[in-house]
Amino acid sequence: MPEPVIRVENLVKRYGDVEAVRGVSFSVSEGEVFGLLGPNGAGKTSTIEVLEGLRNADSGTAIVCGYDPGKNAAALKYVIGAALQSTALPDKLRVMEALKLFASFYKAHKNPEELLKRFGLEEKRNAFYSQLSGGQKRRLALAIALINDPKVVFLDEPTAGLDPQVRREIYAIIEELKRDKKTIVLTTHYIEEAERLCDRVAIIDHGKVISQGSPLELKQASGDKTRIEVRLAKAESDLTLKNLEGVADCRALNGAYVLHCQRPPQAIVALVKHLETQNNELVSLEIFTPSLEDVFIELTGRRLRD
Amino acid sequence: MNHLFLLTGMRVRLALRNKMFFFFSIVMPLVFFFLYAAVFGKSEPRTVAYLLGPVLGLNVMGSFWGLSAALVMFREQGILRRFHVSPVTELDMLLSSIFANYALALPTIVIQLFLAKYAFHVPSLGDLFSVWLLITIGIVSFGSLGLVIASVTNTMQETQVLNQLLWLPLIFLSGATIPFTSLSNAVKHIALFLPATYLVHGLKRAIVDTPPASPVALAVVLASLTVWFILTLFLSTQLFRWEPEAKIGRKAKLYVAATAIPFVLLGLWEAKYGRVIAEENTTIQRLDAAEKAEKEKPQQPPKPTTEAPEAPAPEKH
Repeated sequence: MPEPVIRVENLVKRYGDVEAVRGVSFSVSEGEVFGLLGPNGAGKTSTIEVLEGLRNADSGTAIVCGYDPGKNAAALKYVIGAALQSTALPDKLRVMEALKLFASFYKAHKNPEELLKRFGLEEKRNAFYSQLSGGQKRRLALAIALINDPKVVFLDEPTAGLDPQVRREIYAIIEELKRDKKTIVLTTHYIEEAERLCDRVAIIDHGKVISQGSPLELKQASGDKTRIEVRLAKAESDLTLKNLEGVADCRALNGAYVLHCQRPPQAIVALVKHLETQNNELVSLEIFTPSLEDVFIELTGRRLRD
Repeated sequence: MNHLFLLTGMRVRLALRNKMFFFFSIVMPLVFFFLYAAVFGKSEPRTVAYLLGPVLGLNVMGSFWGLSAALVMFREQGILRRFHVSPVTELDMLLSSIFANYALALPTIVIQLFLAKYAFHVPSLGDLFSVWLLITIGIVSFGSLGLVIASVTNTMQETQVLNQLLWLPLIFLSGATIPFTSLSNAVKHIALFLPATYLVHGLKRAIVDTPPASPVALAVVLASLTVWFILTLFLSTQLFRWEPEAKIGRKAKLYVAATAIPFVLLGLWEAKYGRVIAEENTTIQRLDAAEKAEKEKPQQPPKPTTEAPEAPAPEKH
């Protein structure tokens, strides 16, 4: 089996008394798109920033492209590319100038003109950074992350805060990188993003990896159950609903009931009958195909964005 | 080294695109120059030459202000962290700030010297090599002070407060605004602990005192400023933070005090031997004497006219 490009073992990162990363372990193979999926504050960014050499770990092991980011950050920065979550460029720096500037930091680099074309920024080549839209800024950040033709690309929340249209544009770019067999580590709290882009995902919560595998494996491991979310006129015991025919699990979440069902039709019929006997009624009912959100709910009892 | 020059180029370009830069680094210094030369100096060449030192000193000292604000802004906006993930180092970032600042400050100083010479007819700009040395070491050392300020403050507000706290004593006690000789003796002795005092004094001497009465005195000023530069640069590399959320503890702010060491030592030495105070008095006495001599010069008799006075017309009988 080839040596993984990234190996992380029992990584711990503290900020004062707060332990943001609590013994995270995973590995990433060459050409793989690996996702760190979790809610805000789960420790995803801290983990990725340790791997980028931006922060020092308090304990544990991290090896990226054969380098220890804590000890060889200077050498590591030549072989990685990163699009950070909260970053900017000077307002009065032009797009092409930014690309050329970052290109000139590396002995070997891609042609800025090509990247400009690839990321659809040709028309904005002379625009100041302050004149770009949010999506254009994100595309420029991705272009700069790739300027040194890195072995590993780190993308921290690459589509956070973008509208769906721009998000899809970014997905298309990452899918193109995936086709180019780039090793990518991305953090996200969007289920769709993780399912669509990642070969493997580590679900991270409160600084710990609570499950990892391919999106399909994770969903299968959680029973591949359909999620039905209902709102009722009167409150019910979630234990009662859990015992209905076809229902495998039920949790009350933010005023709704989330039922995980192996046989959805039977579960719906049983639910309606039960509500009739209780003189209760359905306010709303939504059916969701199995997703990583269900895996997260099952493992933590919370939604990703709670 | 390559990264350093690339970043310096970027910083210069960014400054030239900033309207605030034109106002604070070109318009304001020239307004000050005209105020000193035309109003305080009454356009009298000898006085303008004397005031040139304080005017240039103000320009040089101002380096720390813009530099600290720019670096803190870069950190607050997350610009520094973008460079952190590239091969750029702390030293690249800090030195490029100083180099860019030097490249941007120099043209204004050259314009001021040019105006002094050709608009206010200053007979001699003194020892220009010494003036250049003082300006160069002054800009880099005061710029480096700006880097320390940026490193020990967490927000732009804190930076501006600290800048003000340092700026006011620097300009009022150094002889850059209030003539050094008109300060009380106690205040003069306090001023001896300020780098700005030596910078302004050095510039005045280099411009009006040629050939220099004491080349050793100039060397002492240059050496002190150089040691100060090395100390402040070292401290700023140690305290440098790329991340906006990486806050610095209150104790670390005391490091600013550590940068005063060279001038505390020089101040103690000066307080004992009183060289700067004596030289300041000598310079102003010489200027007064020259002015007095100018006034006491006997007035030139009116030139005899070549035309004979008009003879009265002969009376006709």
